[in-house]
Amino acid sequence: MGYINPYLYILFVLLYPFNSNQSLFLIFSFLLGLGIDIFEDSGGINAAACVVAAFVRPNLLRFSFGISYDHQNLRLGSTPFGARLTYILLIVGIHHFVLFSLEMFSLNHILLILKKTLYSGIFTVILSTLSLSIFSKKYR
Amino acid sequence: MQQIFNFLIRNKNKILFLFLLGLSVFFTIQTHSFHKSSFISSANSFTGGIYSWTSDIENYFHLEEYNERLLEENKQLRNILTNLNDTISVENYTDSSNFEGVYYFRAARVINNNFSKADNYLTINQGEDAGIKPEFGVVTSKGVIGIVDRVNSRFSRVISILHSEARINAQLSKSNHFGSLTWNGKDPNIVQLIDVPRQAPVNRGDTIVTGGKSLIFPEGLPIGSIEDYTMDESQSYYTINVRLFNDMTNIGFIYIIENLDRDNILSLEDVEDDEQ
Repeated sequence: MGYINPYLYILFVLLYPFNSNQSLFLIFSFLLGLGIDIFEDSGGINAAACVVAAFVRPNLLRFSFGISYDHQNLRLGSTPFGARLTYILLIVGIHHFVLFSLEMFSLNHILLILKKTLYSGIFTVILSTLSLSIFSKKYR
Repeated sequence: MQQIFNFLIRNKNKILFLFLLGLSVFFTIQTHSFHKSSFISSANSFTGGIYSWTSDIENYFHLEEYNERLLEENKQLRNILTNLNDTISVENYTDSSNFEGVYYFRAARVINNNFSKADNYLTINQGEDAGIKPEFGVVTSKGVIGIVDRVNSRFSRVISILHSEARINAQLSKSNHFGSLTWNGKDPNIVQLIDVPRQAPVNRGDTIVTGGKSLIFPEGLPIGSIEDYTMDESQSYYTINVRLFNDMTNIGFIYIIENLDRDNILSLEDVEDDEQ
């Protein structure tokens, strides 16, 4: 499709256990992105975007969920919807912006980069929110 | 010394992050320069194997359409054949399909196709074993697809004309004014023909064909028709939007063109040709 390509593999970065080793998380995100790049013939753009998203994730977690993140027992399914949406929006936005900037590789196309980030980002956010709510376990 | 180690351990995540980011940006830059070998490409045997496996399955769903396309092409070839018999006695007969050089065609199948990114590649299921080398042209019965970029023993990667750095020599079919075919990254069925001089007779709906200045494609292969056109800032060159005859989002089977005279011409000219 033209502008609209949801990148659903971002779910990995969203859902990776919050209290585990940060270095391992960075390496796994990099390998995931690189695997996608090999199949897409796109150099290292997905790897770079994944690594950036994984690196800023702790800050974003603290920003969107506040105090409950520090308790280390956060479950994404049991958070308020607004906070969850902020978290997904921020990570998807950062990931897509890095991805498309590296893909275009020139500042002349900044408008096209923003347009692609916006359109694809909306779709990724919708799809990841949907799949999160479909596949989340019910805690009773 | 102790402090250096402490510093490293405290900032190990930041250092790891910078290292991985640098590595991926390096891979990105490497793909932006042509003809460099790198293992991050869909023409290696692992990804090629998986792609040919999935496209084997997918092909069954397109069989009817491919058959129709073949029928259409057969019909056209038969028409040309009958006309040839009629016109053999006519002198000064020129036809745009009367290719100048000696070209050899091979058939192959597209097993992976991109069209939504800024730089797009295709992967096809023939490689060095079938005699394919870089810089061979790739076409379908409807028009030009791209140029072979990298090969291994069983698969090849093709630079699509939907690539920001692809330059294919093309001309108007009515006159011999030529320009370069580029893509602005927006619509996968519209490409741009730039540097056409202003004295060229440009009309909406005219056909664009490959030019004779290329060692890759025979002259006169169809590319597309003129959608609309504008003048550039200096008012001396046209920029033409060309609607492709091919549907780049649905390709299927392709032909690979080898120019048998290419080496002779190159050794004669002793310069790199600038069309791609």
